[in-house]
Amino acid sequence: MKTFKKGGVHPAECKLSAGSPIREAALPKQAVFSMFQHIGAPAKPVVKKGDMVKVGTLLGEAGGFVSAPVYSSVSGKVTKVDVALDASDTRRMAVYVDVDGDEWEASIDRSTTLERLADHPELDSQTIIDRIKQAGIVGMGGATFPCHVKLCPPPGTKAECVIINAVECEPYLTADHSLMLEHPDEILEGVELIMKAVNVTRGYIGIENNKPDAIRLLTDHAQSHPNIEVVPLKVKYPQGGEKQLIDAVIGREVPAPPAIPIHVGAVVQNVGTAFAIYEAVMKHKPLIDRIITVTGKSVANPSNLKARLGTPFQQLIDECGGLPADTGKIIGGGPMMGKALISLDIPMTKGSSGLLIINQQEARRAEAQPCIRCAKCVTACPMGLEPFLLATLSSQHMWEEAEHNDIVSCIECGSCSFTCPSHRHLLDNIRLGKQTVMGIIRSRQAK
Amino acid sequence: MNVILIAVIVLGGVGLVSALVLYLASQKFAVYEDPRIAQVAEVLPQANCGGCGYPGCSGFAGACVKAADGGSIDGLLCPVGGQAVMEQVAGILGMQASAAAPKVAVVRCTGTCDARPHGVEFDGAHSCRIQNMTGMGETQCLYGCLGEGDCSHACLFGAIKVNPETRIAEVDETKCTGCGACAKACPRGIIELRPVGPKGRRVVVLCNNKDKGALAVKECKHSCIGCGKCVKTCEKFEAITLDANLAHIDPDKCKMCRKCEDACPRGAIHAFNFPPRKPKTVAPVNGLQTTDNGQQAAAPKSEV
Repeated sequence: MKTFKKGGVHPAECKLSAGSPIREAALPKQAVFSMFQHIGAPAKPVVKKGDMVKVGTLLGEAGGFVSAPVYSSVSGKVTKVDVALDASDTRRMAVYVDVDGDEWEASIDRSTTLERLADHPELDSQTIIDRIKQAGIVGMGGATFPCHVKLCPPPGTKAECVIINAVECEPYLTADHSLMLEHPDEILEGVELIMKAVNVTRGYIGIENNKPDAIRLLTDHAQSHPNIEVVPLKVKYPQGGEKQLIDAVIGREVPAPPAIPIHVGAVVQNVGTAFAIYEAVMKHKPLIDRIITVTGKSVANPSNLKARLGTPFQQLIDECGGLPADTGKIIGGGPMMGKALISLDIPMTKGSSGLLIINQQEARRAEAQPCIRCAKCVTACPMGLEPFLLATLSSQHMWEEAEHNDIVSCIECGSCSFTCPSHRHLLDNIRLGKQTVMGIIRSRQAK
Repeated sequence: MNVILIAVIVLGGVGLVSALVLYLASQKFAVYEDPRIAQVAEVLPQANCGGCGYPGCSGFAGACVKAADGGSIDGLLCPVGGQAVMEQVAGILGMQASAAAPKVAVVRCTGTCDARPHGVEFDGAHSCRIQNMTGMGETQCLYGCLGEGDCSHACLFGAIKVNPETRIAEVDETKCTGCGACAKACPRGIIELRPVGPKGRRVVVLCNNKDKGALAVKECKHSCIGCGKCVKTCEKFEAITLDANLAHIDPDKCKMCRKCEDACPRGAIHAFNFPPRKPKTVAPVNGLQTTDNGQQAAAPKSEV
């Protein structure tokens, strides 16, 4: 079975909510829409206090090419446009809406009938990309990179295939898994749309073989889509990394930055993104909700919720049995790459793939011990870097040497910290070094 | 016998030739260094802290000599040695040292544990820079001291330490040389270099919070809310300016009247090294108290 070549680790899977059906979460009383739900320029608010909005009303327009608009996922009244705590644990501009009823914009098609690309010859590449851009779709795996940017290859590059990331290699998370089980046809149509948008005839869906039911189901349904192949992959973290997935599925290696996947002819999109694209293009539905896994060993009822964006995390936890008494940490995202949250008032955003509650016993990090030069981190690094060296260089502020050792190639997957027997804070330091070095490179380029 | 003789002659010859080559090379490629640079470097503290803006003490010595050749050493200051050392340097170079105000580092945060509760705990690498990357940090204030001690690691003189009780960095004024290494190390830019002031007295706004009033009130009991009361009390001297919801006292204009300290409803303004006041009113003496009065004064701004 295929997988990527370099490094990787195998954390305990703990997919507690696997197989639990998608539940619709209740509407929040107040929804908060951050203008920073994507990588790139923030959205610019276009509503003001007192405005009435419906589900699907534009709240913030894209602030540039690498940006995405934000739509209201609820109907009601805008109470303020002010800073709000978001999942980055800082306060940034957001629109507050007090919910009143559930009225949708008339342009959105709320029927569940399957629309096939084959029945819509009028949809050409540019129309599809425009609709995706307009709907504010971003990478739903968690990176939140605006989707339309990836579908417009830079000059001199050509897409050869589309790879769909249905790996969901993060432990605990099952949002993509449940989506595949419930909406296989919509996902396949979404893949067709992406393929049409970038004008390729080959599509792959990479799924790890710890989800045999999803592999079986999608393979069955893909029979009517001869250009799409479902590729079962061996379970290994971080297979959901773009570069690792390309290596696993088509065996090509993406060179070091500034090279991006398109340089080896691959366009990678998350399976959740494919579904959102289907809804945006075929149903004219902007990105207003997503599937989120609320899970944890002490959570009474780990579930996959379909929740409106802007819903506070507190409410999602309440729907799954409330916050356990022994909560140690609350993580936005998965345990490997997610970020600990400092408050439950934080609203969910386009990139919220999971909400993980870790108990006190497991939350505590062991104290860091001296490096014993075992090189486990080097073996584990999927990018072929030397994490122990990069971490030391960063902690000593030796940015130049860190740059020479390719610190910017780091994908921040955390395999090094996971595997370190001395519990060293490898990723903390490497992340500091990567950010600083990227800042240095940017200022050098600006000169 | 013969063998020994040959060996001595050959080795001696090689030695002589090499010595000649080295002598010629040292004459040919000699680099002239102004002897004054070494003399100046000798009187410098040799802390190599970089507080002067030059790479180490010898770099500063070179800069002094170069400036002296240019006619004046004004603007050059060794913050560690201060005026005394600069006068010695000026003596060597036959110049006049200009009067320079010595500086001291001031940590502009009084968000102690009770004023600014640590709602969450950061258990990653112990570094302010790394904690700052995670966003807010342990408290609700995005601008306050993180307390991991990047400044104390950067200080070569042991002058700044994080107080484990308040979890805020504190400066030991007797040790601080004003080199500014801590100010550069602080990821939140809390530490400011200020003139020591007459008899070490100075009045400073000890807050770095740039949030709007209503938010700043929630974040910390001692936060500056940008109400502008201090600006009004100081209308005569115009020493206080308000920028991004944060007051700042210009040390050159401050007349040390301490009226702003009394006026501040939040206790964010502190007066250093003043003799204790005679008890006459209920005005907050150490400024660390927040009166009920202060809360009311803050109320009008909470409608944002």
